[in-house]
Amino acid sequence: MTDELVEGVRAGKRRAIARTISLVEDCGAEAQATLAALHPHTGQAHIIGVTGPPGSGKSTLVNALALHFRKETAEGGSRTVGIIAVDPTSPFSGGAILGDRIRMRDLAGDRGIFIRSMASRGNLGGLAWATADAVKVLDAAGYDLVIVETVGAGQAEVDIARTAHTTVVVEVPGLGDDVQAIKAGILEIADVFAVNKADLEGADHAVMALRMMLDLDAGGGQTVMHHGRLMEVVTAAQQAPDKAGEVPVWRPPIHKTVATRREGIAALADAILAHRAHLEGSGSLARRERERAAAELETIIQQEALRHVLARTDRVQLAVLIDQIVQRQVDPYTASQDLMASLGLS
Amino acid sequence: MTEKKIRVLVAKPGLDGHDRGAKVIARALRDAGMEVIYTGIRQTPEMIAEAALQEDVDVVGMSILSGAHMALFPKVMELLHEYGMDDVLIVAGGIIPDEDVPALNEMGIRGIFGPGTPTDQIVEFIRENVS
Repeated sequence: MTDELVEGVRAGKRRAIARTISLVEDCGAEAQATLAALHPHTGQAHIIGVTGPPGSGKSTLVNALALHFRKETAEGGSRTVGIIAVDPTSPFSGGAILGDRIRMRDLAGDRGIFIRSMASRGNLGGLAWATADAVKVLDAAGYDLVIVETVGAGQAEVDIARTAHTTVVVEVPGLGDDVQAIKAGILEIADVFAVNKADLEGADHAVMALRMMLDLDAGGGQTVMHHGRLMEVVTAAQQAPDKAGEVPVWRPPIHKTVATRREGIAALADAILAHRAHLEGSGSLARRERERAAAELETIIQQEALRHVLARTDRVQLAVLIDQIVQRQVDPYTASQDLMASLGLS
Repeated sequence: MTEKKIRVLVAKPGLDGHDRGAKVIARALRDAGMEVIYTGIRQTPEMIAEAALQEDVDVVGMSILSGAHMALFPKVMELLHEYGMDDVLIVAGGIIPDEDVPALNEMGIRGIFGPGTPTDQIVEFIRENVS
């Protein structure tokens, strides 16, 4: 079964790809064996994350981007695109409604595109536990680009930055003031910004607020708040050319888009590809790959360690410890230490 | 971590403009703990079969009100067969006259649920018949 699936995925057979993704979603020993066989064939695709608040137009933007990447352009030929769209699982029933395909109907019938909807299955952080593994399946199947659309994310769902090479953060006009823009979290992970629904009032303000945030990062200050309005100031530093020999710094570009009318899509797509080129040119790609492998390994070790500890822990002993914590006889840190000590792990 | 979930494609073939029924079903299946892929109205048989293939669903539920079921359902069944998806449970709902039911059953559409069917009954049927 495993060999057949692996062969099918490598040959780009859609049924095999779909079944393998189900397998990794449901975990288990077979999933691990399949992923192990696919691992050497991964690492080719450009993984693009698309994240942003609910209703910001992520699915429509992914639809427009995929259509664009399928076209032959001056910069290069058409690219095949795998898409993983994550929607939330109900915390009450464990069920989910996955509706991202509704906005991607333009992509139907194109054999160069594979779309998979995925429920978050209780994972926080904007992705499902199995999203990174599903990306590997599409990568090994030979898709040039893999686009991952996260759950509608607020401020702290930043897992995508660990999965993607290039993270696109989608903003829309009118969501918040310029202090929202300097808070920690989702805005920090952007490699490229899309201000979608840019035909709505406030689009320019949203762009300026983002630009001000980026200026603070750079220690500059070209965009300033003056009498309650954001204004641009041209400074000498901004006009000075970069010093030769310095490692180039990537400043996330900000693109206005109207995804429903496919406006601004070409420029956004170019920025995404330029970011990948920057990663390759600056040596950041290798560093990011290493960080990603480290994070992935750490997560797997955590899960495995937890499984081992729980497997070796007496259920009654665990229940007694929990009771003691509830009755304030012991604190959870001490309880955990005692448990580890009893297993010889401290 | 995660366990096996029943995945269902809820599809609206043809030119119906309304999908309240399909949404009610989608919601009921969600509340029964299933993962429901909903693709919106005006789906062609090709779009439905392709979505079923890519999403690796256990169940395809089609809802149709326009009367075109005898034209569209056979095409979907044919494509699913072509994709090697004969093990998928196919159910249908909407406005389907009784006299068409035997022919649809013959085609491999195993559950047919008309207006007023309690959603529990559909959930039950899916749980019992998913292989």
